[in-house]
Amino acid sequence: MSEKELGQKWDRCLADSAIKFGTGLGLGIVFSVVFFKRRTWPIVFGTGLGLGMAYSNCQNDLKSHYVLHSKVAKEQ
Amino acid sequence: MLRVGWKGARAAARQCVCGRVKGHALQTCRRYTTAGDSGSAAGKIVAASLLTVGGGLGGTILYAKWDPKFRANLEKSVPYSDQLFEMVLGPPPPPLVPLQKKPGKIEPLQISSLSEASKESKQPKAKAKKSDPAPVEEAPTPQTLEGEESKGHHEPALKERPAEEVTARLAQQDKAEQDALAALTAGLEESLGSSAKTTLQAIGAQEAALTAIATHTHRLREAMDSETPPDEKSSQWTALNEALSDRTRAMEEAEEALLKAKGELEHLRGVINSAKQSKIDAVRPQILAAEENLHSMIVDLDKVVTKVQTAQTEARIVSQYSELVNEAKAQFQQELANITPEIQANWKGLSGQLSADDLNSLIAHAHRRIDQLNRELAEQRVREQIHIEAALEQQKLEDQRALERAVASALEHRREDVRLEQEKKVQEVREVMEAEMRTQLRRQAAAHTDHLRDVLKVQEMELREEAQEILNSKMMEQETHYRRLTQEQLDTFTLDMNAAYARLKGIEEAIDSHVIAEEEARKAHQLWLSVEALNYTLKSAGPDSPTEPLEGAVQAIKENCAENEFAQALATALPEESLSRGIYSEASLRARFYDIRRLARRVALIDETRNSLYQYFLSFLQSILLFEREQIAPPSKLAPEDLDTFRLLAYATYSIERGDLELAAKFVNQLRGESQRVAQDWLKEARLTLETKQVISLLSAYANAVGLGTTQAP
Repeated sequence: MSEKELGQKWDRCLADSAIKFGTGLGLGIVFSVVFFKRRTWPIVFGTGLGLGMAYSNCQNDLKSHYVLHSKVAKEQ
Repeated sequence: MLRVGWKGARAAARQCVCGRVKGHALQTCRRYTTAGDSGSAAGKIVAASLLTVGGGLGGTILYAKWDPKFRANLEKSVPYSDQLFEMVLGPPPPPLVPLQKKPGKIEPLQISSLSEASKESKQPKAKAKKSDPAPVEEAPTPQTLEGEESKGHHEPALKERPAEEVTARLAQQDKAEQDALAALTAGLEESLGSSAKTTLQAIGAQEAALTAIATHTHRLREAMDSETPPDEKSSQWTALNEALSDRTRAMEEAEEALLKAKGELEHLRGVINSAKQSKIDAVRPQILAAEENLHSMIVDLDKVVTKVQTAQTEARIVSQYSELVNEAKAQFQQELANITPEIQANWKGLSGQLSADDLNSLIAHAHRRIDQLNRELAEQRVREQIHIEAALEQQKLEDQRALERAVASALEHRREDVRLEQEKKVQEVREVMEAEMRTQLRRQAAAHTDHLRDVLKVQEMELREEAQEILNSKMMEQETHYRRLTQEQLDTFTLDMNAAYARLKGIEEAIDSHVIAEEEARKAHQLWLSVEALNYTLKSAGPDSPTEPLEGAVQAIKENCAENEFAQALATALPEESLSRGIYSEASLRARFYDIRRLARRVALIDETRNSLYQYFLSFLQSILLFEREQIAPPSKLAPEDLDTFRLLAYATYSIERGDLELAAKFVNQLRGESQRVAQDWLKEARLTLETKQVISLLSAYANAVGLGTTQAP
């Protein structure tokens, strides 16, 4: 159903954001612990990275219907 | 444990309450104490009045129990007291009923009837028995008992005696009678015999006395007639003395015998009287005979007594005469002795021894005596008449007396005779009458039975004939009735048959003429049914699931109305989706619409140009902050400002709420942008449903029309 599409999109969005957030956080923590002597900024950076990626994905997903897809016509 | 807990709870509650109430309690207590005295006095008064009333009621009831009259009075005067009394004391005692005197009458009746029965022993015994119980049963209304107290005791227990008892009583009474009779007869005979004997004896004695008197008189007369020589004179005198002694003895004996006879006769009379009183009729002839005997004996006795008396008077006369003679003789002798004192002895033998002086003195004395005697004679002659008259008078008187006596006794005898005769006659007549009555009764009974028999015979014949007639007439009636009924039945049946046949013919024609119409109707029905089936399949939609695929039903329609082009066209006009997948019901679409609406409102700002996430957030905010009526009535023409998402949704909601899916779909169709995308599927479904429904409604309308058309007569 068309009305469920939006819901599904949002589900994907949230799941994706959760994953990216978690992953970012995790990598940040790892990097912070491993490489950057337990400083906070890798964690934040990683989390931000994750969130940003999620946001962008979400937006693209939601926009996907309106984006024009061009095809390169084959050269004759 | 529960109860303990409950009690504890109650105690606690009470304490709680009491704590509150205690303040009031003191005040109320004070009030109670001041009012307490008056309260107890009131209580006393109430108790006393209750006691009085109760005592009065109890006393009344007890007294009513003891005295039924009082109870009756009370029941009459006080309305519902009789029910109360009945409840408490039981029903009132019944009024005293006078005892039936009926059974007591049975005894005297029985005796009399028994006596009748015993008298008429010639009557059949059964009749007597029957007649006896009959008077026993039909004893009349209570009468006074005939002085038999013992019977009074038997009254309530006495019922009709059985026949055996009656016969036993009869036999007993018969026997008693017989015994009494026998006793009476014996007594009578005895007394009769004894009295006869004594009477005979008396008569004999009397007759002996009579003869003695006669001989004595005769002897005396002989002695007086001093014709015999002196020797015989002395023998005569001795004989005379003997005769005298005989006579006296005979008289005494006669007297004795007479007394005894009289006593016996009296006894006999007494016995006869007692026999008369015993009221046994069989004795009567014997009584009569005894009376006759008695009477005859009395008569004989009297006769003999009169004879003796006459003889006695005669003897008296003769003795008087003899005495006179003796006196004269004595006187003469005395005179002679005076005159001739020497001659003492019998002077007749002294005719040769007398001297002349003596003879002269004797003759002188004799002359003197003769003179005296002549003088006396003359005197006597003179006085003769008077004497004779006096004697006659005397004699007359005596005769009269004797006559009266004789007449009286004769009258008595006659009367007695007559009475006896009368009784004898009465007895004879009675016997004769009884015998005659018996014969007459017998005759009458025989005649009665004959008559009854005849009458019964005649009646029987008559009744039989009557019954036969009635039977015949009834039979005839019944037959005619039956025949009529059968005929009627036949006629009605024939009529019915004819009518039925005609109707059948008509029906057949009508049926034939209706076959075509039926055919058409059948087809129409089939079409209609299949359309209904199609309609029904629409109902098979669940809340969220579509209906069954309508293919089957449509196929059925196509089959059923192959020659109906319109139906075919319509059937093919159905969209594919509905055929293969089925359609959603309006209800589910409605429910779905609200989701669509919410979603559409949330993404109202999103379209091709604005579709970033931030726009999504703004659109969401807008949807939250924008307050608009849920339903707005759509105008008939849409203006450009109506094309706002929210407005459109409001219109659609309104339409949907009014059940107008088509209009709602139209409004939803006007959505643009993301809202449109969101509502796409719903719109498609709605369109599908609407199409299908339209086709189906057309089909059903057509089917109805066709069906309606076929029901009309051609």
